[in-house]
Amino acid sequence: MRMTRVAATAAAAVLALTMAACGDDGGSGTGTGSGTGTGSGDSNATGVIAKAQGGSLKVGVKADQPGLGLQTGTAYEGFDIEMAKIIAKGLGMQESGIQYVTTVSANREPYIQQGTVDLVIATYTINDERKTKVNFAGPYFMAGQDLLVPTDSTISAPEQLEGKKVCSVTGSTPAKRIQEKYKGAQLQLFDAYSKCITALAGGQVDAVTTDDIILAGYAAQPQFAGKFKVVGKPFSEEPYGVGLAKADKAGCEKINEILKAAASDGSYKAAWDKTLGKSGTPAPELDTSKLTNCA
Amino acid sequence: MPVFSDPANFDAYVSGFLWILKMTGASAALALVIGVLLAGMRVSPVPVLRWFGAAWVNIFRNTPLTLIIFFCYFGLYATLTISLSDDLILNNFWLGVVGLSVYTAAFVCEALRSGINTVPPGQAEAARAIGLTFSQTLRIVVLPQAGRAVIAPLGSVLIALCKNTTIVGTIGLLEASNIMKQLINDNGDQVILIFLVFAGTFAAVLIPVGYFFGWLANRLAVKR
Amino acid sequence: MNGNPVLYDHPGPRAKVRNAILTVVFGGLILALLYWIYRKFDEKGQFTKVLWEPFTQGAVWKNFIFPGIEGTLKAAATAMVFALAFGLIFSVGRLSEHRWISVPAGVVVEFFRAVPLLLMIFFISFGVPFLIHQPVPPFWSVVIGLTLYNGSVLAEAFRAGIRAVPSGQSEAAYAVGMRKSAVMQHILVPQAARAMLPVIVSQLVVLLKDTALGYIVSYPELLQLGVNVVAANYFNVIQAAIVAAVLYIVVNFALTGLANYLDRRTQRRGIKTRPIDPGAAMGGAGGGF
Repeated sequence: MRMTRVAATAAAAVLALTMAACGDDGGSGTGTGSGTGTGSGDSNATGVIAKAQGGSLKVGVKADQPGLGLQTGTAYEGFDIEMAKIIAKGLGMQESGIQYVTTVSANREPYIQQGTVDLVIATYTINDERKTKVNFAGPYFMAGQDLLVPTDSTISAPEQLEGKKVCSVTGSTPAKRIQEKYKGAQLQLFDAYSKCITALAGGQVDAVTTDDIILAGYAAQPQFAGKFKVVGKPFSEEPYGVGLAKADKAGCEKINEILKAAASDGSYKAAWDKTLGKSGTPAPELDTSKLTNCA
Repeated sequence: MPVFSDPANFDAYVSGFLWILKMTGASAALALVIGVLLAGMRVSPVPVLRWFGAAWVNIFRNTPLTLIIFFCYFGLYATLTISLSDDLILNNFWLGVVGLSVYTAAFVCEALRSGINTVPPGQAEAARAIGLTFSQTLRIVVLPQAGRAVIAPLGSVLIALCKNTTIVGTIGLLEASNIMKQLINDNGDQVILIFLVFAGTFAAVLIPVGYFFGWLANRLAVKR
Repeated sequence: MNGNPVLYDHPGPRAKVRNAILTVVFGGLILALLYWIYRKFDEKGQFTKVLWEPFTQGAVWKNFIFPGIEGTLKAAATAMVFALAFGLIFSVGRLSEHRWISVPAGVVVEFFRAVPLLLMIFFISFGVPFLIHQPVPPFWSVVIGLTLYNGSVLAEAFRAGIRAVPSGQSEAAYAVGMRKSAVMQHILVPQAARAMLPVIVSQLVVLLKDTALGYIVSYPELLQLGVNVVAANYFNVIQAAIVAAVLYIVVNFALTGLANYLDRRTQRRGIKTRPIDPGAAMGGAGGGF
């Protein structure tokens, strides 16, 4: 009967599609992260070191932050990606074994806790609240929350945001800080910074707030040359760390060692010059005295 | 209930749902009005009106609501500079209401049109015979009967609208789904409880509404 | 009644003039509105070449838009098949004479029709992993959420369809000694399925639109790749959204056309099923939009 034939074709189609979906985690940079891992490692056997020895590492990165983590076609580019490559090399793994998974601010902890990714290098600020859920290596960069405003704006400090419209991304630390400390400001939330920048360019918001290095990445884009300025007075300290599973102390310590080595052998500077350094800012010093103790 | 015994969380939960209810109310009213007008346009003798109604329905029924809400902010507000309020939150609220209304109106229009098809042609013929104009025929004879015939589908549309209001969260309004996401992110260990409370609230409101519309449809059905 | 020829008389001379005036006035208003929109967009520089240029480059289509469409279609097709199975099972379950089957089936269907899809996708994506201590990939969050919701809607539609099959059919089947499961399998479900074909395909359109919610859990479908990531690269959020909207409209239009074609085909084959009014049949929480 026709129905059975239709049903059979449908079943075959579904099987084919499921095969395709499950087989997707082979390529890098498609961001489906179909996570066949067994959840957060609680021993060296499933930690980052073991994964690297197995030849494949899943790294969560941002896909929409120029200079830091940007998906360009099928590949990812940016300072965070370069750090991932340095860490992979330090763990004795080929660059080609890195699988990049797109993460957004709100799902970085869940992805680590569920094992969807092994590491998160996605402009990930270290703070006490997150430390209860994940472990941090680093910091590998010290950013600060700042404001991006039009070049002719009079806003020069977060206190001046009273009654003004400021834009950020849902679930991010900068958004929370505005909600908690600067309640007089009107907070517009979107799911992506590119939308905030568009709103700023169009005048719907008066400022965009997030880490200064991310803002600089956007302001340096050729389309916005001369239109925006970063206020330049960071009002917080945002240490960027490498997120990994809470129980993986050994992996965390190893990554700290790799960072120390990168600070002295020039690979850190090279990573900076290749990406964010193009804006003209010289590479900062990686302060190895501030590295976490991986508790 | 550890999560919700914290007054801040409970307030957030309540305010999230209040936004949902407000949006549902405002959008439902607007969508009904626009939907009736659209249905009238689609069956009218003027070709331009028919074309406009058909275009509206085809465009808005085939576009994801997420994109429509997006265009409300970046199209209506950002590019066409139509500001519906000076306060940012209220502005987003009204932009969301506009988006929801134009989307739902397309479905209301189609439901009404199928309702118009159920009205026996004799009714309209008799109306014409006694000299009623097109708009009088619609207003006095056809639409009341059509409306009574499609109460059940309109109830479905209303319930779908209530659920769709969660999508306005994509332009930053702190309605129920955004609040739920925040609470889950901050209290990961009580995910099930949080989800059941939010889902349960929706179910507790919408399931009785569904049965109410079923009862109402039976009550008001035109007995032929 | 088919609306148009009945609701108004064939236009006489005065009506023709009036129609012409209305056409001109209304048409003029629409043109004015469109022109105003065009001017405003132009003022804000939305028509500048640099914003639209990325869409003339094949690389953008190949790397972002086509994978996005592929992601959308994959999720939609998978979810549709599972939703059909879910709907079939639960509709038959609801019609069971055994209360211990029909009541739980009813509860499940009513619950999933009442809960917003976004909430379900959030829960599956962020909540379920805490239970099973395993990650849930975004693809399956979206597919399972879509399956549960659309499956419940289809369950109600199937139930209405089965009930709409003329009772003489099942009575005759029982008279010749068939048992309930045989009646369901050979008589009721096939006829109901044929009548519900347009409803099923229109639900597919709804499903396709709902895959757009996947971008919130960063599932790489058309909105995530085609709008968010393209905009991050080229800063043309509005242009990318317009292109995405056009693509959605085209795909959904094609699907609706398929629905209408199938509808006409089944009618042409002379199958005398009572036409089912999907809206009225699926009264209750959520007719699936």
